[in-house]
Amino acid sequence: MSAKKQSPWLTLVSILVYFFLYAPIIVLIVFSFNASRTNVVFEGVVNQGPCGPFYWYCELFRNRSVMDATRNTLIIAFTSTVVSTIIGTMAALALQRYDFFGKKVSETALYFPIVTPEIVMGIGILVFFSAVFGWINTALALAPSQRLTMGLGTVIVSHIAFSIPFVTLVVRARLHGFDDRLEEAAMDLGANEFTTFRKVTLPLIAPGVLAGAMLAFTLSLDDFIITFFTTGPGATTLPIYVYGLLRRIVTPELNALSTIWVLVVLIVVAISQWFQRRE
Amino acid sequence: MIQHIRENRRLQGFLLILPAMFVMVMLLVIPLTLTVITSFGQRDADGNVIYTFTLENYWRLMGFTEQGWDDLYLRILLRSLWLAVQTTVIVILMAYPLAYFIARSPEKRRNFLLFLVLVPLWTNFVIRIYAWVMILRSQGVLNSTLGAIAGLLNVPFQPLDLYPSQTAVLIGMVYEFLPFMILPIYTSLEKIEPSLYEAAADLYANAFRTFWRVTVPLSMPGIVAGTILTFIPVIGTFVVSDILGGRQVILVGNLVQRQFLDARNPPFGAAASIILLVMTLVLTLYYTRRFGLGEEIAAG
Repeated sequence: MSAKKQSPWLTLVSILVYFFLYAPIIVLIVFSFNASRTNVVFEGVVNQGPCGPFYWYCELFRNRSVMDATRNTLIIAFTSTVVSTIIGTMAALALQRYDFFGKKVSETALYFPIVTPEIVMGIGILVFFSAVFGWINTALALAPSQRLTMGLGTVIVSHIAFSIPFVTLVVRARLHGFDDRLEEAAMDLGANEFTTFRKVTLPLIAPGVLAGAMLAFTLSLDDFIITFFTTGPGATTLPIYVYGLLRRIVTPELNALSTIWVLVVLIVVAISQWFQRRE
Repeated sequence: MIQHIRENRRLQGFLLILPAMFVMVMLLVIPLTLTVITSFGQRDADGNVIYTFTLENYWRLMGFTEQGWDDLYLRILLRSLWLAVQTTVIVILMAYPLAYFIARSPEKRRNFLLFLVLVPLWTNFVIRIYAWVMILRSQGVLNSTLGAIAGLLNVPFQPLDLYPSQTAVLIGMVYEFLPFMILPIYTSLEKIEPSLYEAAADLYANAFRTFWRVTVPLSMPGIVAGTILTFIPVIGTFVVSDILGGRQVILVGNLVQRQFLDARNPPFGAAASIILLVMTLVLTLYYTRRFGLGEEIAAG
């Protein structure tokens, strides 16, 4: 599409839509400096303790549950991203470039999670793990302290499962215009399969793999529903923690948390953009 | 063995797909099968599942209970469906102008404008809904702003009673999924060749006609992809309705969640979840057959 002079009406509507997108974010940030604990009415800028206007930010860092939830969220996101990116990329290579028994079925199976409501998948995994764990615990007659329960492990495994289809989708899109002759040329020049993959294939699909990994990471970081059904004691993630807070009293700590969250993501994106520019 | 793998491309492909298929079987096929089996079961007094074969849970969802006709659950299903349709339509109406605006902006500015669409997505899903609680509640930001404006203009002001309500849920849903519609529509608009517009103009089509006969049809893949990315999560969520609807707005998602965690009736929850899945798959299949496949999902 070419650039053209925009109609003033279109510009106005666009500005309004942007306003709608940003109003909640601005409210969140402003209220993170609220003097009132209750977070309902803005009663001026807080100025308390050594942190002054950043009182709620200091409170946040002193809050052990938030720090634990942050750690859990990052462990889950990193682990599930690494595993799902590897498995998803392998699947994309298989589907795009090979013929094998059961290809059509595999393709359908990998699209299915994308069109399945998350809650259905979450419930299914919950039913599955409780059945398997119940069965193992009874069969081995485990003592209460040794029993298998839901926790970090089950959350990670579930995140891997729902990320793989998205990684595969993104990497396949990248493989679409891939020229097989480049690999053939490398092989003709005496490179073995491994060298060819490392020196030719991987660099060519790297942007797709990276995009897939970023998507997997974002999905994991933001996931609520599947985590909700597969989490257990000691595996509270930030979204789960926030949801729990909403049922009790919310202080501006939560706003401080979301402000930091946005800032961190902005910085990460800025850095990744900078790296891409350099290349 | 290694030599055999090297020479057999079919085997290589099979080995590459194997881990993904293992995960899908373990965490999708088996869990869904178990859900179906559970949905035909019953529960005992302690909330444990007894595996039998009864269609009772499905009958109850359809309104046929032992006590007679009760359309409580049917109404929940229809409400979820209606809310998902409303959300999708509003999201399309809001996303299209913005996507069009971005696509017609100078090339250098486009990435920045798209970036602006993405930033709100990086706060957390749950926190974004909470922000709407802060805005919509009776003493919240919206009412105090409107009250202040009314005070300035010296007109009487009755605070809006928006939270908790179904309208609040609708606003929250629209907000959550708007970016997922903007991106695919933008992607398809951006691909349209400028020469097509020139051709339309040469053939004496006015701006309106060009828009309806050239732009809209060519951006259909984006609308389809955006609809899939919006409709499916909306119809299955329970978080937005839980936080913004209070106890007033019960959707299928809330029903499923409560049957599993509060009411301790997994068989009934499983049946509701299977109905939700079937409903979603049938609608998605019909929609993609009717309007083409959502090729833009990958791009968005």
